[in-house]
Amino acid sequence: MPAISFQSVSKTFATARGPFQALDGVSFDIDDGEFFGLLGPNGAGKTTLISILAGLSRATSGRVSVRGVDVAAEPAQARRQLGVVPQELVFDPFFNVREALQFQSGYFGVRGNDDWIDELLHSLGLADKAAHNMRQLSGGMKRRMLVAQALVHKPPVIVLDEPTAGVDVELRQTLWQFIAKLNTQGHTVLLTTHYLEEAEALCGRIAMLKQGRVVALNRTSELLAQAASQVLRFKLDGTLPPALAARARVTGRIVQLPANDAREIEAHLAAVREAGLQAEDVEVRKADLEDVFLEVMGAAAHQTDQPGALA
Amino acid sequence: MTGWTALFYKEVLRFWKVSFQTIAAPVLTAVLYLLIFGHVLEDRVQVYEGVNYTAFLIPGLVMMSVLQNAFANSSSSLVQSKIMGNLVFLLLTPLSHWSWYFAYVLSAVLRGVVVGLGVLLATAVFVWQSSVLNMSLWPAQPLWVLIFALLGAAMLGTLGLIAGLWADKFDQMAAFQNFVIMPMTFLSGVFYSIHSLPDFWQRVSHLNPFFYMIDGFRYGFFAQSDVSPWISLSVVLTSLLGVASLAVHLLRIGYKIRG
Repeated sequence: MPAISFQSVSKTFATARGPFQALDGVSFDIDDGEFFGLLGPNGAGKTTLISILAGLSRATSGRVSVRGVDVAAEPAQARRQLGVVPQELVFDPFFNVREALQFQSGYFGVRGNDDWIDELLHSLGLADKAAHNMRQLSGGMKRRMLVAQALVHKPPVIVLDEPTAGVDVELRQTLWQFIAKLNTQGHTVLLTTHYLEEAEALCGRIAMLKQGRVVALNRTSELLAQAASQVLRFKLDGTLPPALAARARVTGRIVQLPANDAREIEAHLAAVREAGLQAEDVEVRKADLEDVFLEVMGAAAHQTDQPGALA
Repeated sequence: MTGWTALFYKEVLRFWKVSFQTIAAPVLTAVLYLLIFGHVLEDRVQVYEGVNYTAFLIPGLVMMSVLQNAFANSSSSLVQSKIMGNLVFLLLTPLSHWSWYFAYVLSAVLRGVVVGLGVLLATAVFVWQSSVLNMSLWPAQPLWVLIFALLGAAMLGTLGLIAGLWADKFDQMAAFQNFVIMPMTFLSGVFYSIHSLPDFWQRVSHLNPFFYMIDGFRYGFFAQSDVSPWISLSVVLTSLLGVASLAVHLLRIGYKIRG
């Protein structure tokens, strides 16, 4: 039985400009104990999908289940299995950190939870803030508090929607160590993030969404293998020849071109030379998830002609 | 502390933490009403036989405070949580629509009753000190007082819940409060007996469920009222049942809170 199952999930919003399809027949399963990444550009439908999973929103059609429990038919049972870290940095200004966690625990019907609350506070570096009002916490602390609130009832399935946005590097490491530990203890993790290196490092499997559709779904290692194995990177003054420009990722003066082998690298450099240009700071690196992501998104852009989707 | 009791306790702690604003301020407002209206109207207005105007006014002000604060509690808590976005912490839980309903309404009832008691105590002190009255503030029939206070507070707590679900912005909430709740409260006979009104307005008053709450409540103090307390009880119970059904339905379908 999968930890999470999406079956032909579609969602259409009524907007002032007419109906808008945010999700279009999304289907995939996440197995028990997986660390799964859900990637996609802004507006791809990631948060809509997570909202349907968490019961914050209803699918127009299709079925979503958590460990076999249908989220629409048995919402209470499904929500007990889920710990969701919302994307927005929200908090209740009336309460302190410990009170907020005790209430959240109570809503799930969990009693006598103080040992676990202490452990959460300690693991997330909030132990000395327990008596502080939520308003007094910094942005990064509020973010970690969202994680603590999601985990307070020890859910088997953890959903993190952009959990590291606005969190500094050191705290991101603390957070990931903690989530990775929970994963090795058997918790299933579904993660959306904009930091592709995080997804590459943490997620065993990845789905990529674009305009409400799944455009890639595979093991992270296989996705990486699918892409060109290497990337040629150099700096350039002047305009790239059109044949190269179509395949290149250009950031200011920096040009990055996918290349499968040494011959292709030589060919790229030859084309630059023939155009009368001088490549500087030339280096070859291994392709990473960002290259795969851009390749998949680029390919999907050619296949679909739909307008952009809402988040 | 599990399920709805956790939410109930959270709602109580929420208003308790700002009790200067949620309890002390409305008590002061009611005392000001009593000082001013009592002073100006004491010898001019004849209400019930053997009941002077200030004595008549006190139960009305107590009930008005109960009703307004019960409404304010559930409505402002919900609309603030919606606007701040922290309602998501509740939406992610397995709390049922009944849990939401009882937690929000019972905490509203508690705040209403606490403010009502505060007003009663404060006005009692004032009445004793002014020594104009040879009256007893001890209710003639306390059970009626209790029943109408609880039912009235539950009714307004429920209306507050509905308004909180409906309103997306603070100004919509203010509109609901100023254009619906305030007129219905002020036109319900807090400051006068409806027998002093022209025939037409007496009949209009009989269509206002708030009138029955205040009239029934006042009956508990003086064993006199504009209509029988049994009629008031049936009107209030029926209205409560109606608004409660609506509120529970809205919570069940996730009206304006689940997309």
